[in-house]
Order: sequence, then structure tokens, then C-alpha cells
Amino acid sequence: MIAARLTQVSRRYGLHWALVRMSAELPSGHSILLTGPNGAGKTTLLRILATALSPTRGSLEIFGLSPKTDLETVRRKVGLVTHKSHLYEDMTAAEALQLLARFDRSVDAKAIPQMLERVGLSSRADSPARTFSAGMRRRLSLARVLLQHPELILLDEPFTQLDPDGVTLVEEVTRELKSRGATLVMSTHDVERGRALCDLHLHLVAGRAEPLMPLNATTPLGSDA
Amino acid sequence: MTPLAATAEPRGVSLPVAVFNVIRKDLLIEWRGRARINATLFFAVMTLLLFSFAVGPDTTILARNASGYLWLAIMLASVLSLGESFRIENENGALEGLRLIPVDPRAIFLGKAIANFLVLFGLGVLLIPVAIALYGAKLDAGVGWALLVLLLGCGAISAPGTLYAAIANQARARDVLLPLLLFPILVPALVGAVKATQLVLQGDPMGQLSAWITLLVAFNVIYWFLCLVLFGRVVEE
Repeated sequence: MIAARLTQVSRRYGLHWALVRMSAELPSGHSILLTGPNGAGKTTLLRILATALSPTRGSLEIFGLSPKTDLETVRRKVGLVTHKSHLYEDMTAAEALQLLARFDRSVDAKAIPQMLERVGLSSRADSPARTFSAGMRRRLSLARVLLQHPELILLDEPFTQLDPDGVTLVEEVTRELKSRGATLVMSTHDVERGRALCDLHLHLVAGRAEPLMPLNATTPLGSDA
Repeated sequence: MTPLAATAEPRGVSLPVAVFNVIRKDLLIEWRGRARINATLFFAVMTLLLFSFAVGPDTTILARNASGYLWLAIMLASVLSLGESFRIENENGALEGLRLIPVDPRAIFLGKAIANFLVLFGLGVLLIPVAIALYGAKLDAGVGWALLVLLLGCGAISAPGTLYAAIANQARARDVLLPLLLFPILVPALVGAVKATQLVLQGDPMGQLSAWITLLVAFNVIYWFLCLVLFGRVVEE
């Protein structure tokens, strides 16, 4: 099954094309390492997959569904962890997760204290987000994703701004999500750590994707060679 | 560990529940950031004071124009509160977070517009006695009519104000853009609210009040409906 299918997807910001006629099929149940130099279009690609951004041209399918016709269903299947924490500064960590539970009935509000414990924020559950460091915000974003059980998880530079414990947490969560059968797409400059967690590799250069490759292989996925 | 296949199918909440959740969230944040509300109230009171200084000690002119000064103060203060209501959404991509949960854009619009309305209405309730005291006006038609006009006038500002604050929020010069977009749209509502308030304050011997209230009701119906329809496009584009 295909988790995400991009067909001739382009995205423009003003005069700059961040993605150029990109086509790719991301198989479900795999974890995909997304690499590329700065400005290659990694974040844009993840935001398009998350439906936070619309492609300027081309089409996108998530688990066979088009965001144009099934936006709500698609969004329930996708989780995004990015440098944007999606937090309200005057709400506490617990309130941020409770707000999620109020809008998504699949989120078990009773599991919130354990989830905060899991991501190492139980002692700061009642602190407003404005007092949180970038790493703590990243942990809270992970808690949101874990509570929502999405099938496609998009991680944009998940290791940045995290302390060693935080990095270990991300690694544990990634392995847990993989064992659940979720599809992961992870953009990171920490290639060695990414290689240890992923089984496929997608490399972007100047808004274009190179063929999807199994990690530690020289031939593209699906190639007969 | 829960395998994905065994997890419950995620389900959203109904529109009224989602609207209530957005209102609760916005009012909680407004309460936590009380300094911002206090600043808006102080700004509106200062505006009323400045009008009285600018016109001078002629109480007849002040009383005659009290409704205009009151609504200009509410309208100018609304720019601050409307802009603030979307600044908090922009700060960490919080609005994007709501969209991705996903929360129905209609619920986001209705929740934010009603929360903005409640803030403005509360501000208006506090400003009316201040205006009466400053300008020597009287509530000739009674408190009930004054509150009805205030309710309709604040509603008329809140619906387009929420939509245009969402648009302006995406621009660099958002603080300048919001009044530039909003004020021309609000002219009919401003005229209606000022005239209706004037009749409430100075009496309505010709029975014109109902006509101005009808105008305000029509403005509210049209703009709440239009903005509800358009908001989804604004936040998704």
C-alpha cells in the first residue's frame, strides 16, 4: 500500500520554486529518511504531506485519498512534528493536550498525565508554554502525535534543540511508532542517527527528488536492476 | 504498544461543541493575558477623554455627539482586540495546529468571532457609563435598548473583524492592514450604531429607532453568513 503519492508536485513561494515537479510514492509501514541540503525543499515537502500547505501544481494522495476531497479524513491520518510547536503561550502543557482531546474524541484525556510523564514533562504539566524551552516544546509536540495515533508521521528535524534524554526519547518513540505499523518520514541533518532508525532514503536536491532507495543499497526501490 | 489497526477510529466533535471549545480556549487565553484587555480598555477610555478635550467644555455638543464618540472608541479599540486574537494564533503556528487536528474552519470562525464579540460587548458595557459621565448624556430610551444596540453593533464589528484579522494576520504590515480593510466595510454598521445610540440617548420622538436596528440586524445576518462561508478559504490558502 502507498502511504503518500506525489504526482508532479510543485510549490512556489513568490518567485522561488521550493519543489519542482516532484513525483514519489512513499510505501506504508516504512520509515523514510529525508535528506538534502538547506533549501532543498524538505520542510516544504513535509508540510505538503501534512496538508499544512497546498501544492502550487500537481496532486497529492494520502492512503489513496485526495486532500482536495477528503481533507478531514486525510488530516486524521497524518501527524506532524515540526519547529512550530502549535502551542498557545498562555496555556499549560496539560491544557494544550486537553484542548486536543476536546477536539479529537479518539484522544483519551485520561492518558494525558501518563503521556506527560512519558515525554518528561509531568513536573511542568501546569506551567504555561511561554516558560518552555524549544526542546520542551518539541517533547510536547511528540506527546500530541502519540495521543492521536496517526498512520503517517512526519518528523521535521526531530533531534534539533533536544538534550541527550530528548534524543533518546525521539528514538524510542520512532521505534514504537514503527512497531505499531505507522509510516514515518523523518527529515534530519543527523544522517547517521536517521540511518539507524529508517529503512528507506529519499534525497532532495534543489526541489527535486532523487529515486527512493533502500538504505545501504545502491539501486532504487522497485528497480529491476 | 497499540497497533494502529487496533486503535479506535479518530472522530471529531460536533460543530456546536467545537465552537464552544474555541470560545472557551480564546476566553481562557484572554483571561490569562488580562493586561492586554486592560490596555484595550484604557485605550478606549483615553479615546473618549481625547474627544472631550478636542471638542472643549461645550456640554451641548459633547452630549449631542456622544454616540459617535462612543462608537469610534469601540471601533478603534476593536482593532487592538481583533489583531491580538489572531496574533496568539500566529505565534507558534497555533491556528495551523487547530487546522491539522482537524478542527472545522467554521467552528474556528464562529468560536473566535463570538469570543471577540464577548470581549467587545464587555468593553462597550464598561464604556457606556464612562461616556455618559464624560459627555453629560442620558439614557432616554432605557438600558435595555442601549444594550440591544450595543449587542448588534459589536456583532457587526466582530464577524467581518474576525475574517479581516485572519487575512491581515498573514501579511507583514498586519497592524496597518487590518483597519484599512475593516473600516470601509464597517461604515454602514457604524452609521447604524451611531444613529441608533443617538436615538437611545436623546429620545426617539419620530420612531426611527426600529429602522436603524433593522439595518444593524441585516448587516449582522449578511456579514456573519458571508464571513462564515469565506473563512475556510482564508485560513486554508
